[in-house]
Amino acid sequence: MGPFAGIFTRLYGTRGWLALGVLACVLLVVFPVFNLAVPADSPFHISAYWVTLIGKIMCYAMVALAMDLIWGYTGILSLGHGLFFALGGYSFGMYLMRQIGADGQYRVNMPDFMVFLDWKEFPWQWWMSDQFWWCALLVVLVPGLLAFVFGYFAFRSRVKGVYFSIITQALTYAAMLLFFRNATGFGGNNGFTDFKRILDFPITTPGTRMALFAITSVVLIATLLLGRYIVTSKLGRVLTAIRDAESRVMFSGYNPLWYKLFIWTLSAVICGIAGALYVPQVGIINPSEMSPANSIEIAIWVAVGGRGTLVGALLGAGIVNGAKSWFTVAYPEYWLFFLGLMFIGVTLFMPKGVIGVIGSIREKIHARIVTPDLLEKTP
Amino acid sequence: MSAIAADTIGNSGDQTSAYMRVATPGVDVTHGVILYLDDITVSFDGFKALNKLSLMIETGELRCIIGPNGAGKTTMMDVVTGKTRPDSGSAFFGQTIDLTQFTEAEIAHAGIGRKFQKPTVFEQHTVFENLELAMKTDKSVRHTLLAGLAATQRDKIGATLELIKLASLAERLAGTLSHGQKQWLEIGMLLMQEPQLLLLDEPVAGMTDDETVRTVELLQALNGKHSIVVVEHDMDFVMQIANKVTVLHEGSVLAEGNMDAIQNDQRVIEVYLGR
Repeated sequence: MGPFAGIFTRLYGTRGWLALGVLACVLLVVFPVFNLAVPADSPFHISAYWVTLIGKIMCYAMVALAMDLIWGYTGILSLGHGLFFALGGYSFGMYLMRQIGADGQYRVNMPDFMVFLDWKEFPWQWWMSDQFWWCALLVVLVPGLLAFVFGYFAFRSRVKGVYFSIITQALTYAAMLLFFRNATGFGGNNGFTDFKRILDFPITTPGTRMALFAITSVVLIATLLLGRYIVTSKLGRVLTAIRDAESRVMFSGYNPLWYKLFIWTLSAVICGIAGALYVPQVGIINPSEMSPANSIEIAIWVAVGGRGTLVGALLGAGIVNGAKSWFTVAYPEYWLFFLGLMFIGVTLFMPKGVIGVIGSIREKIHARIVTPDLLEKTP
Repeated sequence: MSAIAADTIGNSGDQTSAYMRVATPGVDVTHGVILYLDDITVSFDGFKALNKLSLMIETGELRCIIGPNGAGKTTMMDVVTGKTRPDSGSAFFGQTIDLTQFTEAEIAHAGIGRKFQKPTVFEQHTVFENLELAMKTDKSVRHTLLAGLAATQRDKIGATLELIKLASLAERLAGTLSHGQKQWLEIGMLLMQEPQLLLLDEPVAGMTDDETVRTVELLQALNGKHSIVVVEHDMDFVMQIANKVTVLHEGSVLAEGNMDAIQNDQRVIEVYLGR
């Protein structure tokens, strides 16, 4: 129990754990009960729309956490994280496509787009794709391996700053063009959709949806705790040291290559898992997920919430995507303007993001409570 | 975190810490030489920053290296620490370690610590954490992720905090320290690496007179326990600490000897002191 208690207090204080407990309760008790047990005509009923929306935002929040680890803490701005998210989604999407079985448009035991293209057998990429465990493995392996190989060469060549960002942007763009092609074998520009089942459960029933929602909640909280474990460890301190003074890190006997590669690969894997949880809930994955704009948006979430705070990343993903789902319904043509405005506003007026603003308000209140006399006396 | 402060006070450096050793078995100094540079040439776009430079530092020695701007002082340090590869010539640490074959991190791990001209510390970390990160230990990713801080390591950090006179500021962010304090912290970080050879690039640059005096004291306390190479412009400072001085000019050694001999050397007066 000794070392465990140590880690417990290292991750969060009492208030932090309490807040996390409340969050877990809301996600794992309130949502299921008010969605499944409360009848649909009751004003307390949580509709499927909200379950899907919050589930989707939680997947984005995981991506934001991953982005914060590599950007906020290590100082490496990736503009290609959407690629890892999409690769996780496609890996798991293959399994969902196979689960459709012969219930597609053509009533053949093959995905519709393959029948349409007049393919007689599955291409090599689809090997074992009817096996859940294999696709689940791919969700981790594909983004992880790509990130490892790409990162190894980029970091070994000491590619840094804006150059690294541009290369990641080019990488996701190239992948998008590749996935747009029918010959790549992943459904071209339509991608994967019309899923019917997952592990033989019908995918659109409230029960299955809620199960996916609950799994996403648990994975999100686990990711947050893992991130917190890393940033409060000595390794976390090495990462911020790399961000602030890489040469000193090197001359202190650390090889930054392995540290960057570790956090970069982990970050990509988290994105992959988020993508895999996203696809069955949203019901579609296509190459537009790899568009450069999507990856830039991820950086905006983290900047809005507050870099280098983890919780800020969660908040940022929630705020921006919450605003997006409202805006794209109410004023669809103005959403991108608003997004740009938000980014500029945050950069100019809130360099530490929403978390930074909350922090400074807290400080002011604290100062007023602790030293009211002092404040009154100062002219 | 108050335990840190208690440890710091409880270990005011009376025991001989591990870093007080002159040499660990890691580097072979059987011939009394810790650093051996022979015939080193480095050129940047045709400009010869180092021109057949040969230099030998003995174990336990405190050597000052002076020279006008562009004499190659910093480039020499770059070669020794693996940042720059020489075009020709050889650089050995002890008898066996060929410095031209290793990366910066490996050289640092082998026992060469370097202080930069501009104080470089981790500004977003506390003074204590800065020393913790520099401490000699297994610096692999796995170990760094899982390792805790042992009591003996805490003591070691405490002893160094005393030595660099920052014990009362252990919990301050390094970015909030004064310029002189940052310089000391950086020296403290080097000591935590338990190096056999310390390279100090202008350790008193930008320091007040008072801070300079304290730095002289610090270096004198280290003299004999480590091999130290100091690059410095401040002649008063050099006079106070040096027993042997090397003058660099246009990438090679112009003169070498004790301070008196150097000050009376006609060539040195011409290129450097005479100005």
